[in-house]
Amino acid sequence: MRDEQNQTAKGFVEQVVALAPALSGARGEGLARFAKAGLPSTRVEAWKFTNLRGLDKLTLGPAPDAAAVTVDAIPTALETPGPRLVFVAGQYRADLSRVDDLPDGVVLSSLAAEATPMLGDGPLRTLNSALSSQGAVLRVAAGLKLASPVELVFIAATAGDKAALWNPRIVIDIADGAEATVVEHHVGANADAYVSNIVADVTVGIAARLHHYKLQAEGLDAWHLANVSTHLAQDAVYDTFVLNLGARLARHEARQVLDGTGIEARVSGAYAITGNQVSDITTLIDHAKPHCTSREVVKGVIDGSARAVFQGKIIVRPDAQKTDGYQLNRALLLSEQAEINSKPELEIYADDVKCSHGATAGELDEDQMFYLRARGIPRNAARVLLIGAFLDEALEEIINETVRAYFRARAEAWMGAR
Amino acid sequence: MAATEQTIEQVKNLAEGKYKYGFFTDIESETAPKGLSEDIVRFISAKKGEPEWLLEWRLKAYRHWLTMEEPDWAKLHYPPIDYQDSYYYSAPKTTAGPKSLDEVDPELLKTYEKLGIPLKEQAILAGVEGAGDSPSIAVDAVFDSVSVATTFKKKLEEKGIVFCSISEAVKTHPDLVRQYLGTVVPYSDNYFATLNCAVFTDGSFVYIPKGVRCPMELSTYFRINAKNTGQFERTLIIADEGSYVSYLEGCTAPQRDENQLHAAVVELVALDDATIKYSTVQNWYPGDENGKGGIYNFVTKRAACRGRNSKVSWTQVETGSAITWKYPSCILQGDNSVGEFYSVAITNNMQQADTGTKMIHIGKNTRSTIISKGISAGKAQNTYRGLVRILPKAQNARNFTQCDSLLIGDKCGAHTVPYIESRNRTARVEHEATTAKISEDQLFYCRQRGLKEEDAVGLIVNGFCKEVLKELPMEFAVEAQKLVAISLEGSVG
Repeated sequence: MRDEQNQTAKGFVEQVVALAPALSGARGEGLARFAKAGLPSTRVEAWKFTNLRGLDKLTLGPAPDAAAVTVDAIPTALETPGPRLVFVAGQYRADLSRVDDLPDGVVLSSLAAEATPMLGDGPLRTLNSALSSQGAVLRVAAGLKLASPVELVFIAATAGDKAALWNPRIVIDIADGAEATVVEHHVGANADAYVSNIVADVTVGIAARLHHYKLQAEGLDAWHLANVSTHLAQDAVYDTFVLNLGARLARHEARQVLDGTGIEARVSGAYAITGNQVSDITTLIDHAKPHCTSREVVKGVIDGSARAVFQGKIIVRPDAQKTDGYQLNRALLLSEQAEINSKPELEIYADDVKCSHGATAGELDEDQMFYLRARGIPRNAARVLLIGAFLDEALEEIINETVRAYFRARAEAWMGAR
Repeated sequence: MAATEQTIEQVKNLAEGKYKYGFFTDIESETAPKGLSEDIVRFISAKKGEPEWLLEWRLKAYRHWLTMEEPDWAKLHYPPIDYQDSYYYSAPKTTAGPKSLDEVDPELLKTYEKLGIPLKEQAILAGVEGAGDSPSIAVDAVFDSVSVATTFKKKLEEKGIVFCSISEAVKTHPDLVRQYLGTVVPYSDNYFATLNCAVFTDGSFVYIPKGVRCPMELSTYFRINAKNTGQFERTLIIADEGSYVSYLEGCTAPQRDENQLHAAVVELVALDDATIKYSTVQNWYPGDENGKGGIYNFVTKRAACRGRNSKVSWTQVETGSAITWKYPSCILQGDNSVGEFYSVAITNNMQQADTGTKMIHIGKNTRSTIISKGISAGKAQNTYRGLVRILPKAQNARNFTQCDSLLIGDKCGAHTVPYIESRNRTARVEHEATTAKISEDQLFYCRQRGLKEEDAVGLIVNGFCKEVLKELPMEFAVEAQKLVAISLEGSVG
């Protein structure tokens, strides 16, 4: 009885299974497991605020042949693009990618060349591991500092009026003492309906540094489901940021395990949504060892009938003394129908810790608005200014200045378009 | 005041270490057979001479309960409860029903004396017979399940206030009970509340008429006595237009090894311009340091602010019970209505508490404040779980939430699980939570001035809880402060 109610979008699950190629071994088992477990309904606590039921409305078809798709522009955060991997409809496009000129000790390749590790933790991860055949791999050898940011670009494309599903896998492995910057782009056309089910596995070695940024600007009919799992070793620095602008429904689920002392984790994000969009940012920061710091700032603006979800959990394990955890979540509601659901959660089993979180929701401050209007600034310009300033507090968390400026420009473009 | 002194004395005794309330009064109980069935529900209803509609309501609840599953979402761990291994009715043997204190079993009065309820003394001091007008506390003493003595009735009657046991109210004010019972917490609400609907034995009923300010604090002392008796209290308070009432609830229980189940339901209804202040000090037996024994406390408390400008304020000091599962809530339906929740929850040794509140903003300009202080020591787990929900019509709603946790020792846990749901842009919702341990500096400061470590901890924790304790009525404040310190005994050093 309960199992039944805990599942949703059964029609979609059936379509996925019917369309899947014949699979054997671990992949076959994975698909069978997915078919049985189904997708979580809102009765499952972790999915309480995000409803996948709408997936049922999609009519799935095979993904188009990527080679036949014309790509007009490849998004980049950089003035002069560096190394990058480009995927169209989930398939690797070597002709659009740039993997030359990489220093020794850096591996940047499509995943097809590598064996896909089987990981099954939750239905979407299981689905990805069963069906993913393509994806991106970045490995940086110990002590190596990669100067130019690496860009991973995912461009959507569909065939005819059928919706497509792809399951890219991203593997990032930064060895001890190494440093790299990764920028993910997820873009698509508004007319296309598709489901991008992404899994990323990230490891950051001892004293290594990874700057990991993601811009999600999928088409407005897209479903973007991302699951990022990060393992951090002693003294590692992990600086990650997600900007959610697109998709009909986007869920960015990120789990980071701080499995060593002296780690600094900066897990932040922003979103700007309107229409019927849903933006869900769900994070878990798991302090498994003492003397670590985590910091999280997630802010967003909600317009139209859009709905935002933030679920941020900080766990401090029994041995993780001297933990310093900070979390801030703020939402700005711009319209009558806008909605925010926020669940900042602390689970603490150690006593010598400093943990705090704050969450607010409200509209634009009338006093601030009045101040600007009194100085002759038109209402709309004042709004853009205030919203920009509001989002800036989150964007400031991005360490890389070039990427910060690019993300800011994208957020401003969103505001200007309204 | 003598009552206060007696409370201090009583708490002092407590401070000496052992749980002094662990005595057992031997009164002939008239007990229903063990277990739960439709027959038991009928037995309870018949025993209390209830009208047909109430029996039907109980049966409806019981049948619904059978289809429900025990909730498992709380951060609580306990062995499965065998609902058939409990007695659902046990009444102290009384004659036709006492009309004055003299008719009450002297054994009972002795019990209250040990408990520190100065029932007799108060009757003389404030004059049940009409001597003196000084306001004091009216006590509706609940001994096991049946309310046996109610003081101050006459004085309250003059004002038109009804303060009696709910079973009495069913007989004397059936229309009021029928109109409001189950309207705030419906029979199908949740597993424990539904169980309560089926088998509730007694509780308090309060009705404050229009425009009346209740001249004294109303108080119920709960007491769990007979062996293996789950206690199912049901309280209903109705504050009519423009009225005010402050209600105190305090609990102690005898020491015993079996876990005792307690599933109470409290319903508050505030109409236009009415205010209800509901204060609780809960210090039931928490079990020993190994987690043996202790009360299981699954309580559903909810207030409906139905009228314009109505206000409900919950204040709770939770120090007892092995398990606390309790979320006093406010449904802010009337425009400009106000909900408040002030809570101190202390867990020590093996205690577990999962407590918080729900503020549902429906009306315009509704406001809510949540201040929660959780203190966890020993191997205890303390969770704040709260919901603030702003519905689309709640223009200019306002919420402020502050949840602070204090950890004492490295084996305990403190958790915060707030849900914030806003569907109105003009609403402003703010939530803040912090977790920290007792500051070494503060401890050092106190120790340096000659305070024992334990006293220093008590002092610091009291300071930490001050925002909540100051909300308690005078009568409770002193006891609560002592309790805070006592509850943490053995947690340091």
